[in-house]
Amino acid sequence: MPVLCSACTEKRAVLKRPKTGHSLCKECFFWAFEEEVHYTIVAAQLFKPGETVAIAASGGKDSTVLAHVMKLLNERYSYGLKLMLLSVDEGITGYRDDSLETVKRNQEQYELPLKIVSYEELYGWTMDAIVKQVGLKNNCTFCGVFRRQALDRGAIILKVDKICTGHNADDVAETVLMNVLRGDVARLRRCTAISTASEGEGVVPRCKPLKYSYEKEIVLYAYFKKLDYFSTECIYSPNAYRGYARTFLKDLESIRPSSIMDIIHSGENLCVREGVKMPVQGTCKRCGYISSQALCKSCVLLEGLNRGLPKLGIGKHHRLHDKILSQQPLTEKEERKLKSVDF
Amino acid sequence: MCQVVEEYPDQLERADLPSVSKKCGKCKEASTAVVIRTADTYCRGCFKEYFVHKFRATLGKNRIIFPGEKVLLAVSGGPSSCAMLNQVQEGLNQNAHKKLRFLPGIIYIDEGCAVNQTVEERQRKVSELQAVFKAAGFPFHIMPLEQVLDLPNSVVVAAPSPSEQLASTYKAAVDHFIQAKRSNDLTAQDQEETSVPYVQESHTQRLQQLIGSAKTLTAREDLLNTLKQHLLVHIARSKGYSKLMLGDNCTRLAVKLLTSISLGRGAQLAQDTGFSDSRYGDIIVVRPMRDYSANEIASYNHMFNVPCVVIPSLNTKTPDRASVHCLTESFVTKLQVDFPSTVSTIYRTSEKLQTAGRSSISTNLCDRCLLCMCTMDTAVEKASAFQATQVSTQLSQAKPTGSKNTGPEQPTASGQCCSGAGTEGCGSGVGCCSSASVKTPDLKSLLCYSCQLTIKDMLSVEHLPAYILSEAQRRLRRFRMREDISEFLLDDGDEGGDV
Ligand SMILES: [Zn+2]
Ligand SMILES: [Zn+2]
Ligand SMILES: [Zn+2]
Ligand SMILES: [Zn+2]
Ligand SMILES: [Zn+2]
Repeated sequence: MPVLCSACTEKRAVLKRPKTGHSLCKECFFWAFEEEVHYTIVAAQLFKPGETVAIAASGGKDSTVLAHVMKLLNERYSYGLKLMLLSVDEGITGYRDDSLETVKRNQEQYELPLKIVSYEELYGWTMDAIVKQVGLKNNCTFCGVFRRQALDRGAIILKVDKICTGHNADDVAETVLMNVLRGDVARLRRCTAISTASEGEGVVPRCKPLKYSYEKEIVLYAYFKKLDYFSTECIYSPNAYRGYARTFLKDLESIRPSSIMDIIHSGENLCVREGVKMPVQGTCKRCGYISSQALCKSCVLLEGLNRGLPKLGIGKHHRLHDKILSQQPLTEKEERKLKSVDF
Repeated sequence: MCQVVEEYPDQLERADLPSVSKKCGKCKEASTAVVIRTADTYCRGCFKEYFVHKFRATLGKNRIIFPGEKVLLAVSGGPSSCAMLNQVQEGLNQNAHKKLRFLPGIIYIDEGCAVNQTVEERQRKVSELQAVFKAAGFPFHIMPLEQVLDLPNSVVVAAPSPSEQLASTYKAAVDHFIQAKRSNDLTAQDQEETSVPYVQESHTQRLQQLIGSAKTLTAREDLLNTLKQHLLVHIARSKGYSKLMLGDNCTRLAVKLLTSISLGRGAQLAQDTGFSDSRYGDIIVVRPMRDYSANEIASYNHMFNVPCVVIPSLNTKTPDRASVHCLTESFVTKLQVDFPSTVSTIYRTSEKLQTAGRSSISTNLCDRCLLCMCTMDTAVEKASAFQATQVSTQLSQAKPTGSKNTGPEQPTASGQCCSGAGTEGCGSGVGCCSSASVKTPDLKSLLCYSCQLTIKDMLSVEHLPAYILSEAQRRLRRFRMREDISEFLLDDGDEGGDV
């Protein structure tokens, strides 16, 4: 006997929702998925009418679904938003070419303006060139830091008011776990926030409309909507430690499907003891981007790349920031320490 | 590229092979007998000194146990709680340096029924432990878990805590203790001969039925922990103890912290894993073993012949993925092998957290969870995981407004309860829902986020002990009463001090 949709009780169910366990027909699932995102947007007051919003588009499933749903909801509920797509070209042969093609197709489909900013034009380095110098072990440090800033720079060029990113519930839960494993209380407190206010000049406020959407449901949505996305993990190996957290989360989800939401709930309700030192957010003395040190991460990494000392940005070398700023040469001993990189 | 933008620059350092030096790192004379972490090597004598000092230092630093206070040690027979018992014995020793000055007693809860042990097996374990307790020379109490079925309602009502205990009162207590001591010699205390209370078979069955009504091992373990905690608090209260000492070590607490996060207990992390936990008001839970790793304890027990008794638990011999608790434990254990700082890092996180509870301990019952007795964490803002889940559930059940069937909301009559036949399965339909839900109260509104999950995993709540169900009824009646008269109440929140 076919299972009937538990929402309309008429049509035949085609899927079992990973999030709630309900069996739904295609239409009811679409409706539920979209309405949930709408509820989140309204409840968290993510946007104001008239704002220009850049959707960070990578060509992957999250951002593709985000672009689709944002456009749809903007029309269905007259948010009055001006939407556009913003992509970062990291300069990875093969991987990026294909995914950027996907973004370009999305642009045509959704009739949204698209801006692509490249690492090469922003930093003078492509990821391919970076990997050549730093090896595969630490490249994700670069990729993460540069990407974050690249989106901001692109957003400023486009003069947008906000950036929305495709982070989903799984990503947020995973980050909570990561921060617990690393004992990083400052990040632990921040990572469940659905939006960040502008923290300083050069930083555009960000938000995560898919914060409560399960990754599996995003895939289901894309699948049934026949959305075109590029599905490849980063070809340069991802952070190994994050991999542990990811596997753990998947195992938790298989035991209790609500685990993802449960972890986010935990994160949202944590309280940090008064008197625990939180890093003070200042600005980078070189580029003006937010930074808790004299130089922002991205400037330190760039300095390391340009001087042929790739380790500069990877370890903790805060003492050297003043030297770099005043363009003093490093001692031989310091140079030696920063040069060697194990592949 | 990487989906997640936040960067994590410094990789945690992987384990290096320990380079064991021959000599003790402390006295540099005797040869090494123990290696705690790669850097710390100890000879036998120095290790003992280090171990004993840590226990006193933890208690001394926190100044929470008053001289002359009655302290109940929860001993499970495991290495950690047995080491704790041993440390208390050492500390009360007449010629101990920095002598401990409280009055200890021991409680052992026999959970044999939860793991289907026979009466004989249970008796055997109990007599093994009895021997250990007698040797320790403290009064002891042995309780079967079945006892939880006969607890009074007052257990789930937090008693008001005695007035703030300040450093000055601590000093006064010390003085008082020193004076009173002469007349009341510690060693003269006679041991209370507690024979094992007879367990009725029907009680065992009822408890097994209750545990069995939880569909998942995760819920079963959570429920069992809660019940055990209630029983411990009740015994402490009824026997006149004001502190309850648990043997949780650092490794255990790291697992517990990650488990609590995974179960949605973020709001109560500080209480679940901190040095002290005051959720019960008059009985303060203390964890003096929290600075020791499981390895340290094992080495100590082995070296100094601390007796332990192996007791099987609910998740003994279950696969890793059997429950959230098992999975987390095996995850942390495995990670610890690759990254030896894992446990200490997670553990340090717990020190930086505090309870979410607004300011002081609220005595308002409705603010506390009926089961775990923590401050409620479900009155959250609209944009939250809790609300988002509610919305998802609603949208998957009710009709999407605006599509074909126009009547937007007529849920009660037929729709609400039985329609979700696919999952709920109350199939046949003849008065299926109404009859069941009348007798047993709907506990949801009385529970915190995580305890709601536990109850959701239970087939029915009717097997819960009477003290929980009747307290639930009482709170629900109060709720209804409040609703009825709400328009006449001027001050919300204050419940007129009823307890
Ligand atoms: Zn349907
Ligand atoms: Zn990467
Ligand atoms: Zn900078
Ligand atoms: Zn020594
Ligand atoms: Zn609770």
